[in-house]
Amino acid sequence: MKHTLSVLVENKPGVLTRVAGLFARRGFNIDSLVVAETESPEVSRMTITVDEQDQPVEQVTKQLHKLINVIKITSLDPTESVERELLLIKVKADAETRSEIMQIVEIFRAKIVDVSHEVLIIEMTGTREKVSAFMELLEQFGVVELVRTGRLAMGRGKRPT
Amino acid sequence: MKASKVILEALKREGVETIFGFPGGQIIPLYDAIYDFDINHILVRHEQGAGHAADGYARASGKVGVCMATSGPGATNLVTPIANAYMDSVPMVAITGQVSRHLIGLDSFQEADITGITLPIVKHSYLVKRSQDLPRIISEAFYIAGTGRPGPVLIDIPVDVTKEELDFDPDHLPAMQLPGYKPNVKGHPKQVRQAARVIAAAERPVIYAGGGVIAADASQELRELATYGHIPVTTTLTGKGCFPEEHDLSMGMLGMHGTPYANYAVSQADLLIAVGVRFDDRVTGNLSAFAPHARFVHVDIDPAEISKNVAADVPIVGDAKRVLTSLLVELKKLELSADRHLPWMQQVETWKREHPLVVRESEDGEIMPEFAIHKIWEITRGEAVTCTDVGQHQMWAAQHYLSSRPRGFITSAGLGTMGFGFPAAIGAQVARPGELVIDIAGDGSFQMTLQELATAVQYHHRHR
Ligand SMILES: Cc1ncc(C[n+]2csc(CCOP(=O)(O)OP(=O)(O)O)c2C)c(N)n1
Ligand SMILES: [Mg+2]
Repeated sequence: MKHTLSVLVENKPGVLTRVAGLFARRGFNIDSLVVAETESPEVSRMTITVDEQDQPVEQVTKQLHKLINVIKITSLDPTESVERELLLIKVKADAETRSEIMQIVEIFRAKIVDVSHEVLIIEMTGTREKVSAFMELLEQFGVVELVRTGRLAMGRGKRPT
Repeated sequence: MKASKVILEALKREGVETIFGFPGGQIIPLYDAIYDFDINHILVRHEQGAGHAADGYARASGKVGVCMATSGPGATNLVTPIANAYMDSVPMVAITGQVSRHLIGLDSFQEADITGITLPIVKHSYLVKRSQDLPRIISEAFYIAGTGRPGPVLIDIPVDVTKEELDFDPDHLPAMQLPGYKPNVKGHPKQVRQAARVIAAAERPVIYAGGGVIAADASQELRELATYGHIPVTTTLTGKGCFPEEHDLSMGMLGMHGTPYANYAVSQADLLIAVGVRFDDRVTGNLSAFAPHARFVHVDIDPAEISKNVAADVPIVGDAKRVLTSLLVELKKLELSADRHLPWMQQVETWKREHPLVVRESEDGEIMPEFAIHKIWEITRGEAVTCTDVGQHQMWAAQHYLSSRPRGFITSAGLGTMGFGFPAAIGAQVARPGELVIDIAGDGSFQMTLQELATAVQYHHRHR
């Protein structure tokens, strides 16, 4: 099962290297990783997805905690949290296919963010599964390129993650 | 005040008396400033010697060892000693010079990304970009190195930083900024009570003690636990001396190079009380066959060690001294009888009698190394500070030099670094002037750092 760790770290140079290095050294695998500043600029949040099958999540968490710059780790239960990925996808679109693509965009509540003669850029957010399903539907039109963030997640309820 | 002086002032404030080092271009300002300070600088002949000497100093004294080198090759020569200290959880601060800030990243002369190179082998590291951070960073470095599970901390300082002027008040401690570092030391009371119950109920208990006991200065508490509970003790290589090896309850070292009786006892035990150990593969061999009948109480200050290799039945995260103290209190409430596991004690005695360690005296008229080591032990009554190198002689020393006190047996266990013993012995001698320090070395290992003979001779008069 995929496991999401929300890791608060000091926003200092080299912290990402320390985290990535730790994963490499201990033979852990990172499935996806998103890093950005939080509401306080001296703290960053890393949202790390790992596969439980590849490594014991408890060891990953404990080893991460040993990094001096790691402040707090929350292990997010999928049923108790909201998770999203962001996709930008560039699809071929001509007069014939354009309306069909727009329908799909509508159904998935995605957004067309750039239009040119031969292609559209579409922005879409959703769970990993939904993003994958959307990509699959667009394949038939010809995908020129796509970028996808890793998984972001936030615990439900009043308590901060 | 000049930043170079600020560094030395801050080191003095941390109680640093000795620095082991070797100079070079990017650390010259620090060397220039040293003349004005009451700090003992030991000039080694290779930076590896400085690192191992700082390591030996730390192990012999319990204080943080300090070594210093220039940028580039000086810094990379410290890599082995830093890794060595990391593997054996030795408190050490390594200070390296770095090229000026505007030259970093340009493949400048004698530039090496030493913070990058050492990332997986340090407890923490700093690349100092602003001179005003120096007092705080030095405080933090010593605090991190010496608390929790000890380890090496690297401070890399660009030479232009050391030349800057800054305000510094030696009486004013800078606030540390370590929101993510809270070494847990106390041990959960509920877990401690549970451990006491499990120990009281055990029929075939064994204490398995390691370097964590020495680091926590918990030998006295361990001894009380063993004698109060009548529990035989085996130690790891780094744990040697945390329990007097001549004691009736001592079974010596366990594992691949351990005594037969320690290994028999572990294989038959129904309870292993593991204190300050990490279930290293040299100890356990095949994990699934290790102590197959035992439940595990595991006390360690590093939460990540607990259930890393062996699932603990009673995990206790905490400092060995504090945990053992509260464990004793709980055990005494349960009023253990001395003869509650008499058959087990007799069994251990029988194993000891029937499978003793053999000391080969001589073969073909030649003195056997085990015999020589045995003699050294006899003559010194196990009270010398004994350092070893790495190899067969190390294992013989571990088996036949019975250590009677903590910090009396210094060896490179985790990394197994040939060349460690001799410079470590120099460091130990500096830490314990007036005491007898012995290095038991192999011919191969000795040749890896024997240039430090010059260091030993140079400082002999001051430290013997
Ligand atoms: C730096 C380093 N290189 C290589 C080894 C591998 N190694 C382990 S023991 C050993 C031989 C050691 O010889 P010596 O110091 O003479 O000790 P002896 O085994 O003869 O007692 C070697 C090469 C090591 N441990 N460390
Ligand atoms: Mg040899």
